[in-house]
Amino acid sequence: MTQISYLLFQTVLAATFLSCAAYIVFFISRKKEVRTLARWILTLSGILQTCYILSRYWMTGYAPVTSQHETITFFAWASTWAYLSFRWRYTVKNFGTFVSLLIFILLVIAASVSRGTAPLAPALQSPWLPIHAGVSLVAYGFLALAFCGGLMYLLQEKELKTKRFGYFFSRLPSLEALDQLNSHCLTAGFLFLTLGIVTGTLWAHQAWGTYWQWDPKETWSLITWFIYLIQVHQRLTVGWRGKRAAVMAILGFCAVLFTLWGVTFLLGGAHSYAR
Amino acid sequence: MPAERILLAGVNHKSTPLQIRELLALTDGYEEALKRLAGIPGCRECYLLSTCNRVEILLIVEPGVRLEDELVRFLFAGRVSAGKFNEYMYLYYDEEAVNHLFMVAASLDSMIIGEAQILGQLKEAYRYASRLHCTGPLLNRLLHKSFSVAKRVRSETGIGSSAVSISYAAVQLAKKIFGSLQDKKVLLVGAGEMAELAAEHLLGQGVDEVVVANRTLSRAVDLAERFNGKAVSLAELVLQLERVDIMISSTGASGIILKKEDVRPVMRLRRNKPLFLIDIAVPRDLDPELNDLENVFVYDIDDLTSVVELNKSEREKEAVKAARIVDEEVLKFQRWYKGMAVTPTIAALQKKAREICRFELDKTLPRLQGLSEKEQQSIEKMAGAIVSKMLYDPLLFLKKDSCKQDSNVKADMLRTIFGLGDDEQ
Repeated sequence: MTQISYLLFQTVLAATFLSCAAYIVFFISRKKEVRTLARWILTLSGILQTCYILSRYWMTGYAPVTSQHETITFFAWASTWAYLSFRWRYTVKNFGTFVSLLIFILLVIAASVSRGTAPLAPALQSPWLPIHAGVSLVAYGFLALAFCGGLMYLLQEKELKTKRFGYFFSRLPSLEALDQLNSHCLTAGFLFLTLGIVTGTLWAHQAWGTYWQWDPKETWSLITWFIYLIQVHQRLTVGWRGKRAAVMAILGFCAVLFTLWGVTFLLGGAHSYAR
Repeated sequence: MPAERILLAGVNHKSTPLQIRELLALTDGYEEALKRLAGIPGCRECYLLSTCNRVEILLIVEPGVRLEDELVRFLFAGRVSAGKFNEYMYLYYDEEAVNHLFMVAASLDSMIIGEAQILGQLKEAYRYASRLHCTGPLLNRLLHKSFSVAKRVRSETGIGSSAVSISYAAVQLAKKIFGSLQDKKVLLVGAGEMAELAAEHLLGQGVDEVVVANRTLSRAVDLAERFNGKAVSLAELVLQLERVDIMISSTGASGIILKKEDVRPVMRLRRNKPLFLIDIAVPRDLDPELNDLENVFVYDIDDLTSVVELNKSEREKEAVKAARIVDEEVLKFQRWYKGMAVTPTIAALQKKAREICRFELDKTLPRLQGLSEKEQQSIEKMAGAIVSKMLYDPLLFLKKDSCKQDSNVKADMLRTIFGLGDDEQ
């Protein structure tokens, strides 16, 4: 089983690499067949990722979202399926190139950390584990898409503002499409993030007897949540959009990454299980 | 003997930045400028073209006269600091001048190569010049020729087919900003061919509504009717900006009509929805600093070039073909121009007379039987005498040096009366 699981992950890595490469080829050559190919490979990679996560579950007997390797893999999985679900509803030109690159990077990081399995820490033995961790990571998946959209927005806006039309102008979608993408991903991501924090407090109450104890991870989650809250609030009330929204999406994602890694490695605290 | 020269002087979008062109553009119409130009001593014929991308002067200069300094004064006087002139202005003589004129007419020198508006502008400029009797036989001929060159280039090359014009570039940009234009509203401020074309083009892309603002409301109503939109007065401009997404400005105003401070509060009311401002007026209508505002995109006529550059390569191939046509036509014109001189006209006239004479004699003599050698010679002599006597006065008229000024007119007239073909016939 371990053997099969190991091979599965290698296949996932290879498939994602191929998909990412194909997307980049499409970005450069703009040949439609290449994009179709890239999409199919990415879908395949998404399915394989699901299989891999299931195989981990099979092996360990608990939701595979505890170790560093598992968390990042799940993060990549969430991004992949968030993208595919999104893609199913409407297309944003060349979005796949950026997203597949991000997914590939995540998987490479996942591959470079220890893939070993360990018995589940007693504190984590709870039905809340898959719910809390899963929901939070799905939120991260959507926020990762918003991050990619934000990067693309800034690139495109720069070309339009400076009126120097370079390599990206014709290859990137319209500002409106990117802003809409930002709005959608943000709404979904923020919703899941809120759910993640709420389930976290409920679990904390059950496990530690208190809803909130200002553990570094909790604090940073809250900071991240506030960054996104400001953004959602401003968008709804005064219509923050465009460049500002894109910058906020990038900032927010940096906070997400810090909450995910920075806190664990730099600050420690009660949440630092997944080393 | 030095001959008269064709002289073309001007500035265009390649040689001169917009800020300078703004200063040079004729805001008070052609008549005034043409009269001043015609009054320059040594200028035999003149013509003037002023569009938002170029100001060009075409002159026929008396032999031996140099008008370069006069022209510099005419173009730049008091508006641009001295010393910069040479950088901006180009001067072409004779064959090069003809070539340049043809290139301009054929829209090969345009900012947007292949756009059709320049020909209309050229014709309009010519109408003014000929109405004021500024043009003479040479320029009349030259300008008419340039129109036909433009037509030939258009029909024989694909240069116009990509229909790339300012309006096309504007639509392309609008799409990069808004994605779909389906529910967008356009505000057209001022009138003018290019602005109307852009509005039309946007309508063709499914724009929701066109609102027209104009200094004179009746003009606005007329235009609005054409676009099936509504008319507003110019005073409502800022108010309208709350609800439109694209504004095309092309008023004849001499200053800026929309400032950064006007638009900043509007953006808050618009909830930061993007605003695309297109300024095709020269001098500019919109404050370039507007571009610093978030979600506001300002493009003036020069900025639109860079968009156009993107779809260049395809047209460049056609441009090579078009340039070849222009070269050909320049050669033909040169041939005609040389023939314009008095001596070749005389020669041509005599040659034609001789030929007619010969032809008729060859037709008639064989039918007359029993004529002696001597009688035949007498008939031939008589025919020759009739012809030379007929030609005597016209040739005298042509050769008479009394009013040298008109030798071209005379040659042209004679060539027309006697059907002395040029290249075309």
